[in-house]
Amino acid sequence: MSSPASTPSRRRGKRGRGSNPPTPQDARSPPSQKRRTDDPTSTGDLQPMPTSPPADVQSPGAADALFSSPPQFRHSAIPLDFDISSPLTYGTPSSRVEGTPQSGVRGTPVRQRPDLGSARKARQVDLHSDGLAEDIVATEQSLGQRLVIWGTDVNVASCKEKFQRFLQRFIDPLDKEDEDIGLDLNEPRYMQRLQEINMVGEPFLNVNCDHLRSFDENLYRQLICYPQEVIPTFDMAANEIFFDRYPDSILEHQIQVRPYNALKTRNMRNLNPEDIDQLITISGMVIRSSQLIPEMQEAFFRCQVCAFTTRVEIDRGRISEPSVCKNCNTTHSMALIHNRSMFSDKQMIKLQESPEDMPAGQTPHTVVLFAHNDLVDKVQPGDRVNVTGIYRAVPIRENPRLSSVKSVYKTHIDVIHYRKTDSKRLHGVDEETEQKRFTEERVEMLKELSKKADIYERLALALAPSIYEHEDIKKGILLQLFGGSRKDFTHTGRGNFRAEINILLCGDPGTSKSQLLQYVYNLVPRGQYTSGKGSSAVGLTAYVMKDPETRQLVLQTGALVLSDNGICCIDEFDKMNESTRSVLHEVMEQQTLSIAKAGIICQLNARTSILAAANPIESQWNPKKTTIENIQLPHTLLSRFDLIFLMLDPRDEAYDRRLARHLVSLYYQTEEQMEEEYMDMAVLRDYIAYARGYVNPRLGEEASQALIEAYVDMRKIGSGRGMVSAYPRQLESLIRLAEAHAKVRFSEKVETIDVEEAKRLHREALKQSATDPRTGIVDISILTTGMSATARKRKEELVQALRKLIQSKGKAPSLKYQQLLDDLRAQSDTAVTKEMFEEALRSLADEDFLTVTGKTVRLL
Amino acid sequence: MPCVGDWLNSPLSIVQNIFAQNVPNSDWEKKVTEYFKEKLKENNATNWVPSLNDVPVHYLKPNSLVKFRCMVQDMFDPEFYMGVYETVDPNTNARVLHFGKYRDVAECGPQQEIDLNSSQTVTSERQTFYCVPVPGESAWVKEISFLTELVLSCGFLNPQFHAYISASQARVSPSTSYTPSRHKRSYEEDEDMDLHPSKQKEQHLGNNSGGNIHGCVEPKRLETEASAGHHVISPNCSPPLDLNFPLPGEKGPACLVKVYESWESFKVNDVLEVFGVLSVDPVLSIVNSEERDSSTLDPMECMDTAEEQRVHSPPASLVPRIHVILAQKLQHINPLLPACLNEEESKSCEFVSNFMSELSPVRAELLGFLTHALLGDSLAAEYLILHLISTVYARRDVLPLGKFAVNLSGCPRNSAFTEHLYRIIQQLVPASYHLRMSIESMNHSRLIPRKDYTANRLLSGLLQLASNTSLVIDETQLEQGQLDTAGVHNVTALGNLITWQKVDYDFSYHRMEFPCNINVLITSEGRSLLPSDCQVHLQPQIIPPNMEEYMSSLLTAVLPSVLNKFRIYLSLLRVLDYSISDEVTKAVEEDFVEMRKNDPESVTADDLHKMLLVARFLSLSAGQTTLSRERWLRAKQLEALRKARLLQQKCVNGNEL
Repeated sequence: MSSPASTPSRRRGKRGRGSNPPTPQDARSPPSQKRRTDDPTSTGDLQPMPTSPPADVQSPGAADALFSSPPQFRHSAIPLDFDISSPLTYGTPSSRVEGTPQSGVRGTPVRQRPDLGSARKARQVDLHSDGLAEDIVATEQSLGQRLVIWGTDVNVASCKEKFQRFLQRFIDPLDKEDEDIGLDLNEPRYMQRLQEINMVGEPFLNVNCDHLRSFDENLYRQLICYPQEVIPTFDMAANEIFFDRYPDSILEHQIQVRPYNALKTRNMRNLNPEDIDQLITISGMVIRSSQLIPEMQEAFFRCQVCAFTTRVEIDRGRISEPSVCKNCNTTHSMALIHNRSMFSDKQMIKLQESPEDMPAGQTPHTVVLFAHNDLVDKVQPGDRVNVTGIYRAVPIRENPRLSSVKSVYKTHIDVIHYRKTDSKRLHGVDEETEQKRFTEERVEMLKELSKKADIYERLALALAPSIYEHEDIKKGILLQLFGGSRKDFTHTGRGNFRAEINILLCGDPGTSKSQLLQYVYNLVPRGQYTSGKGSSAVGLTAYVMKDPETRQLVLQTGALVLSDNGICCIDEFDKMNESTRSVLHEVMEQQTLSIAKAGIICQLNARTSILAAANPIESQWNPKKTTIENIQLPHTLLSRFDLIFLMLDPRDEAYDRRLARHLVSLYYQTEEQMEEEYMDMAVLRDYIAYARGYVNPRLGEEASQALIEAYVDMRKIGSGRGMVSAYPRQLESLIRLAEAHAKVRFSEKVETIDVEEAKRLHREALKQSATDPRTGIVDISILTTGMSATARKRKEELVQALRKLIQSKGKAPSLKYQQLLDDLRAQSDTAVTKEMFEEALRSLADEDFLTVTGKTVRLL
Repeated sequence: MPCVGDWLNSPLSIVQNIFAQNVPNSDWEKKVTEYFKEKLKENNATNWVPSLNDVPVHYLKPNSLVKFRCMVQDMFDPEFYMGVYETVDPNTNARVLHFGKYRDVAECGPQQEIDLNSSQTVTSERQTFYCVPVPGESAWVKEISFLTELVLSCGFLNPQFHAYISASQARVSPSTSYTPSRHKRSYEEDEDMDLHPSKQKEQHLGNNSGGNIHGCVEPKRLETEASAGHHVISPNCSPPLDLNFPLPGEKGPACLVKVYESWESFKVNDVLEVFGVLSVDPVLSIVNSEERDSSTLDPMECMDTAEEQRVHSPPASLVPRIHVILAQKLQHINPLLPACLNEEESKSCEFVSNFMSELSPVRAELLGFLTHALLGDSLAAEYLILHLISTVYARRDVLPLGKFAVNLSGCPRNSAFTEHLYRIIQQLVPASYHLRMSIESMNHSRLIPRKDYTANRLLSGLLQLASNTSLVIDETQLEQGQLDTAGVHNVTALGNLITWQKVDYDFSYHRMEFPCNINVLITSEGRSLLPSDCQVHLQPQIIPPNMEEYMSSLLTAVLPSVLNKFRIYLSLLRVLDYSISDEVTKAVEEDFVEMRKNDPESVTADDLHKMLLVARFLSLSAGQTTLSRERWLRAKQLEALRKARLLQQKCVNGNEL
């Protein structure tokens, strides 16, 4: 009800121009050729009806409603002497407003909304005047509100009122969104947003359609079905409230409402003709964006003879050049003056279906987006975005020379709102935004599943069923897939604790390690698979590339960064060269990656779990050697793996028998039979995704106690033999494993059984990988220092023996190398190799006891 | 009721009739498909329909019913079209309803206009597939399918056919022209042709350089052929449209296939046989050029780049459109077999049981033939048969089951042996490709299909092949050298293809996995650098002094009818079911445990896998669908022989294989 008074003035202005009186028929028909307004699937049943021109309507509601149409009406020429303070200046870009913008609803210029795109004037239909109301839902029957916009069931006044009510009253304390920092959830959310606009000065109000739906189902339906009519009404409503509250606020232009998160369509593949002209939200990946296209909205012509000027608005995408000057009647004298014509920004963007939405074996679909004004250049190729916009179909232009028309429409989406889905990851906020949505039935099903007592075993069994047995390894990998709880200790200065579990598989070639890796890579949404042999440090981390077109430096991310929040599977880990491996040190503990290249210095998140597979150096696992000796990896790296498993070929008849039966079955069962037997891969995937997204277990009191005990026990085992058998890293591993196990159960609390399983698994892994082959005792120092305690002890003894030997030789200042070795061998009861001898000499040299020069040993 | 000729020559008028009869309700669409389904079910009716594979586009009447055997190379975006539209005569205001289905252009009379705002307009959706002829399709497949059509359509005279046939008969000098004239040559001649690879190659080269050898072929046709070669770049005129064939040197029309229903069921690389309305309306190209000219003016048109337009709406003379009425996925493309084998049709059952009865002599003959081809090595021949009937029959999570990539090592170098071997395989399988590995080719050829975002299409690569294509990789030509990044990617892709039977297509921002089912045979001197399921070392018994002569005499010695039996044999056995009884399972189990006891080092799970594979294909190759004890023992024996050979080779060379 802001300015009924302005209506006459506007009409007067239009009439005053005189030359081109827009009769309703005129106003309607050209645009309807431009776009198919009469899409048969939505409003096709409506016959063009004689309608009452707006001026005839006397009710105040109608006047109000009339006011709503202008924003869409940019078709008729703008009066030359436009008045800045009049609402008539809608359709006039702010660039034309000279001086500082004034405040207040009347003073703030309205910015065109090309995103709504319509050059159609919304006609209103009085339901009394004709009988076409069959398909029109008129909710309220009071006289003033029986007016609807032609072809819709939208009554402007009630629609506006409802939306204002929504803005003023909508509260949802439970729905926490990421942008809601600093919002009081118990106050009307959108009023706070308006306050924000007042402070920040960005005149856009983003409205979550989901909120609207929960508030007013019918209004939501109208918004979805007739966005072109409803959104301007929303704009108006928002502006009224805003300038009511903040009359002195100065904005660049009036507030524009941008709805997002419409539930209509989620997937590009589901778009169909019924969605035309409706508000839709789809997700996808930007693959190409055009340069900025200045789209002429209004052309400025000047007569070269008499300097008479005129403006021509765009009509059906074309400007018709006036052939005759109205002033002096000279033909072909009008020339276009570019500087004074009006342009709006426009950009074409190609959006491609996101890979997750694509059915297997098909190529992705693409859709064209048009972004206007502020939304230009908001997204770059490669961005994952959720786009809300209006779906359009345009018939391909008629060929003037032929009567036939291509019977195909071109489709595009006019963007109203973008929302980047992966911006979160860049900012390093922990919770994932793109959490998969599950239907309620699915969640119910998963929860039901989680209650089963043997869920842990079941899931482990479902993991890579084609690989036989190796149950503990599968359990380990299962826990890795779930991961621990993420903890943030930034405020105490320790930064993030690693929540990801790293696993190394070593063993004989041909024990299906690669297959296991492939399986995991295929299972997780953000998995990467690389081979140590083929990848360089560059391929793993990130590299800087010069874009051939723009000559711009671009940071290209490698496998580790790409698998952030996922799993990076590295095959042939042992074949990796030294420099590549060194990169992993940082990733595996700090979970970040630092890059300093070509002037770009940055630290990227790489919160990835690593699942690596390594082959023994001698092609066959040598049981007489320790893990380190077998795979020749530095212990600094090995100690960063939570679990190290050996995949060896067991020599056991019963196992062979079971294996044979299993394999034989593979060769005659059909695909369906196999699926019946095991849990579906999709269920497993959802189960993991759900647990990762929604379950965040914390340590319980009992569990903490159990963990402490476990750790103390582990330390005790070694202390008896004078060696350290556990380090804090092992404790951390235990905690992670216990948390992951709790996640498997969908439990918010880590309990003793989780700790028990973590202990068991950890012990199993240690038993396999850290057993000292010489003594048969599990010795953690093999992994932490690269040498077993007994080996170290033996080395120490040898050094002492050598020292004694040399001292017993008396005062001789120098000794022959070979002589000394022979003497030592004669004296020692175990075999002394040359290497051992040299090592002993070296350690004595380090103590400044002697020096070795060539073949002689000198005492100091 | 319209006569027989009508539904072939002007299917659209039939559609018009049905449309007019049922217009208010929308089930006319269903009735149309039912009508054509019925028509095509009639005796051999499918053979009356001219095929785009055999008859050049310009011999076919526009808007007639055609068929096309093709592979889906790419899928374009779905398009919305006017399913039903209304025309108005501005003078009389008379309104007429038309259907837009099966059409590219909304037609209307000279005095009429299309009412774009009519309430009667129905917008519908259809999907466009970019289809190419099956890559690597053997010459004999084309020939036999063409001949069958020719013979069967004799009773019913199709004028288009006859125009084409008489045109091709008018041609002279069959020996110089390869593709167009092959239709009328007999088998012997064809084989003769195939035995002179050098000659053929020359012709390929000739085609690629654009030299006009076929005097009677219209320039249009030539353009297709010339642009099919990947290397043709004429400096002055704009580069010819790349028709995006996966394999270099391929010919035949690419086609935009418009699918109207259940397009979700089709996948990239599926082999289809479509029946539909051929649309080559020149308006299509005019509309395009028009658009391109005015693109600077019209903001609506600038949404596609020129490149994209070129690709998505090429001239109809080059890339015809087919509006599909009926489409079916093909299990195989062997024209000697009934198209559907799984169905409980009496006809196909009869065919299968007839053939099964004479299976063992065919197998023996084939074994003999291949033994000769493999220079007298019967073990290698045995394995080659197993390889040729192998197919991925299931996938267990990531593990493809039933693939049997064979590495034939010990191939004589520099004797063109592998070339000849490939030629023989080509004569046996419906589709194949010979990949000569060299540093050069690995670094420079495009193996992995890649999405071209500028043109918005999937650029094909050598590895975009239909199911059950035989890929023969020749490693004997590979020299030492430096692989660059592309080379490493290509070799990795080959490795992935062999191990996992999948190709990761490059979508620039991400990769996408496309499962495939390709039989890979690697010929090499030593062990191949590529992985394989089974390595067989060739032990030639005879070294023919003239390889060329030896191999050609081998092929001429085989009767065409026998050759056809081989072809049926190999295609048929692929689709058979297979099972293992509990009893045999037990026996296998015992056997395995026993073997492990004796020699745990050399018998692993992998070996059991191999043995089971060999046993499977061995049983199938004898026409048995269950594993018997004897077959199992025979499989073990074969494996033992093969291993012994490898061991022996190791001793001879004194180093690791």
